[in-house]
Amino acid sequence: MIKFIARRLMIAVVVMLGVSLISFSLVFFAPGNPAEVIIRAEIGEEPTLEEIEFFFQEHGLKAPFFTQCAQWLYMITHGDLGTSFRTEEPVLVEFIDRFPATLELAVAAMFIAILISIPLGILAAMKQNSVLDHGSRFVALWGVSMPNFWLGLLLILFFSVRLDLFPCFGYGGIEYLILPAITLGTGMTASLMRLMRASMLEVLRQDYIRTARAKGLMERVVIWKHGFKNALIPVVTVMGMQVGHLLAGAVIVETIFAWPGVGKFLVDGIYARDYPVIQGFILIIALFFVLSNLAVDILYTYLDPRIRYDVKKGMK
Amino acid sequence: MMSIVQQLKKDKIAMIGAVIILFLAGIAILAPHITPYDPIELDLENRLSSSDVNHLMGTDNLGRDVLSRVIYGARISLSMATVVVVIVMLLGIAMGTIAGYLGGIIDGTIMRVVDVLLAFPNIILALVIAGILGPSLTNVMIALSAIWWVGYARIIRGSVLSVKEKEFVEAARAMGCSDTHIAIRHILPNVLSPVIVLATLDMGHIILSIAALSFLGLGAQPPIPEWGTMLNEGRPFMETAPHLMIFPGLMIMVVVLAFNFLGDGLRDALDPRMKEVMMK
Amino acid sequence: MTLLSIQNLKVHFHTEDGAVRAVNDVDLVIEEGETLGLIGETGCGKTVLGLSILRLLSENTKVEGKILYKGKDLLKLNEGEMRKIRGKEIAMIFQNPLTSMNPVLTIGTQISEPFELHQGLKKKDAIQKVIAILKLVRIPSPSERINEYPHEFSGGMRQRAMIAMGLACEPSLILADEPTKGLDVTIQAQVVDLMKELTTNSKTSMLLITHDLGVAAELCDNIAVMYPGEIVEYADIKELFKNPKHPYTQGFLGSLPGRGLKPMNGMSPSLIDLPEGCKFHPRCPFARERCKNKRPEMVEIGKKHFVRCFLYD
Repeated sequence: MIKFIARRLMIAVVVMLGVSLISFSLVFFAPGNPAEVIIRAEIGEEPTLEEIEFFFQEHGLKAPFFTQCAQWLYMITHGDLGTSFRTEEPVLVEFIDRFPATLELAVAAMFIAILISIPLGILAAMKQNSVLDHGSRFVALWGVSMPNFWLGLLLILFFSVRLDLFPCFGYGGIEYLILPAITLGTGMTASLMRLMRASMLEVLRQDYIRTARAKGLMERVVIWKHGFKNALIPVVTVMGMQVGHLLAGAVIVETIFAWPGVGKFLVDGIYARDYPVIQGFILIIALFFVLSNLAVDILYTYLDPRIRYDVKKGMK
Repeated sequence: MMSIVQQLKKDKIAMIGAVIILFLAGIAILAPHITPYDPIELDLENRLSSSDVNHLMGTDNLGRDVLSRVIYGARISLSMATVVVVIVMLLGIAMGTIAGYLGGIIDGTIMRVVDVLLAFPNIILALVIAGILGPSLTNVMIALSAIWWVGYARIIRGSVLSVKEKEFVEAARAMGCSDTHIAIRHILPNVLSPVIVLATLDMGHIILSIAALSFLGLGAQPPIPEWGTMLNEGRPFMETAPHLMIFPGLMIMVVVLAFNFLGDGLRDALDPRMKEVMMK
Repeated sequence: MTLLSIQNLKVHFHTEDGAVRAVNDVDLVIEEGETLGLIGETGCGKTVLGLSILRLLSENTKVEGKILYKGKDLLKLNEGEMRKIRGKEIAMIFQNPLTSMNPVLTIGTQISEPFELHQGLKKKDAIQKVIAILKLVRIPSPSERINEYPHEFSGGMRQRAMIAMGLACEPSLILADEPTKGLDVTIQAQVVDLMKELTTNSKTSMLLITHDLGVAAELCDNIAVMYPGEIVEYADIKELFKNPKHPYTQGFLGSLPGRGLKPMNGMSPSLIDLPEGCKFHPRCPFARERCKNKRPEMVEIGKKHFVRCFLYD
């Protein structure tokens, strides 16, 4: 088991190294000039050549590629992601400040998604080819096709502007959370529902389900005790991958609802060409993504004893 | 192949998708002939008017006809997405074939790159690349092309690996067939159906991504009538002129929905496991 | 006393390739304590027949006729009444235990279910019963093995656990579907011995579904030979081996290793595309004109020996 996790961790480390190289190169070879943008923002007028020169010196942007890259790698492996050009605060601090808001949003969205998709998916599978099943296919396809930025705007238009039920944007109590969480959760709800249905259908045609029925078990027990855990295995995998999609969606949803999370800060960073923020944030997002996949792998072995067995055998 | 078409014809949802796509492709091609107004011509007399006989979808904050802009939007979205899908398909097929066929270090390197790219949610990496390259439609397309090929590369590599070991391929090689010949004759037919399904679904995803990036101001710039850009431009007028965000958003949804309908139907038609089963 | 009586059973269902006529006008009787072998090649409808007794076929399947169990027609019971029959009165032992057992539940959990369900036992007491029955089917150190998953068992042990699951509530009738399929010859012999021991000592009846005449010879009292969709010959085991009447049975026996290894002509027809008349006529060396158009009736040609063939008209 430990060996299995260790191997996964090794892969994760290699991937993260690649990620850091990419995020560094992206910025290094970027055509734009951050100095102009930043200094203009600071002093409110076109910077002189000397000022730009000074900015480059100060931020060590004149060294050759490999020197800078090595420096950067040294920095990030020691927990230093640099300092934001705009706020002059360490990038890591900026991230940690904003992460709870994003986490709150993501957890709420995931909660909505799981709560709706799993029961509906199972129901659709049990009543295959019924009106409910066809309806769920349609709704699910509609849900994954709905642009979340548009959905967000529609929700604001309808529930905030017209009905005045929720605030348009901002951060605060639960009334601020509801619209963004729905916006973020819709796509995930739809895709999990489809997957749950397909997975349950696949499980229901397995031999062991027939065995369970032959014992005289109630259909409810057959579905929940014999089917559910088996059907959940692929769903959990995808749920783990969806964490990344949630983060991606959060970038857009946070921008629309002015939600003070990491996504909005990243977008603002991109507008302002705040390179340390861009580099640092994509690094952390990728790390998060890789770790959540790792967590799924471990959860998977818990859910599926066959894999646990293979892992044990592999160690011998 | 014939039976797949027949099966698709039975699938109403897939057929709806196909019809919508054909319709939108039609108006996209004919856009210059069927639009009532020039999509970027200003008419400051007629700003923010809602739907009426002259402007079926009303006009925007600069007096431009929304209907004309929405039609041109179809032209932009469909053509851009097609270009991106073709690029990523070719790139993915090339990378996947090279990795699967040559193996060794080259395979390892390509697959590590794939792993790294998969470590990012697509849209975030595209956002960053487009943001760094500077906001423009071309840069969005470059950004999407640079990351979207990995899915195809994986499918192709997997299938190349499985076909490579098969006896008929060895036999073909023993008979002196060239590698290219083997690839075209034996591997291509095997990967065709998953690639078609993926490409159909990706058309929708890519249109969505282009619109999302444009909505964030990193893609198409005004006055280009791209749907995401239009949404972004219409946003400040949400209260007084909701039609500015309703119609472009609706178009994005409908076109993405159509590709998902078709892709979903295609997948069902091509997946033999979905066949009816006898036992309970 | 008659335990199960199948009358005029028809089982038809639709697939994408066409209508499958899996069982056509089948009559069968199983007495109390009897072991009846249902013999036939793969795809002749014998598993479908077994499943139709427990009503485990999918809902779009058309089942006609009567299946009288202790005088009650199973086809007329509602779902709730049927559930009380399944596992308690009639249990099924499935082929291929690796796929027929739930991969994510322990052996103990799976075997304890019938006890909890039909005898109202608490989990703790049920587990004691599970250990006892696993001992009965000779699984070593059962109190530890109950916490293992099916994939951790060997093929033979899985099959024995499957048998234990079927025997759990001491049913009156066991439907055993190819219980020895896919096992090594030595393991197969062990499983057959076990089943023989379990059925001869009790009043339990069994319907043994198999394509393996050797296994049938070991276990059965009577044999029904099935040829796509219908019974073509019925006799007690000794009579059938000594004096096979139907050309198909003769061919089937003749193709056995101990009896000349002569292969039969042609292939069994598919259940979707059954020939007119006698289903065997395209392969039959004695086929005449009327075999092509008219379906022969079952005729009694000796004591408890029935055959469906015009040769004995």
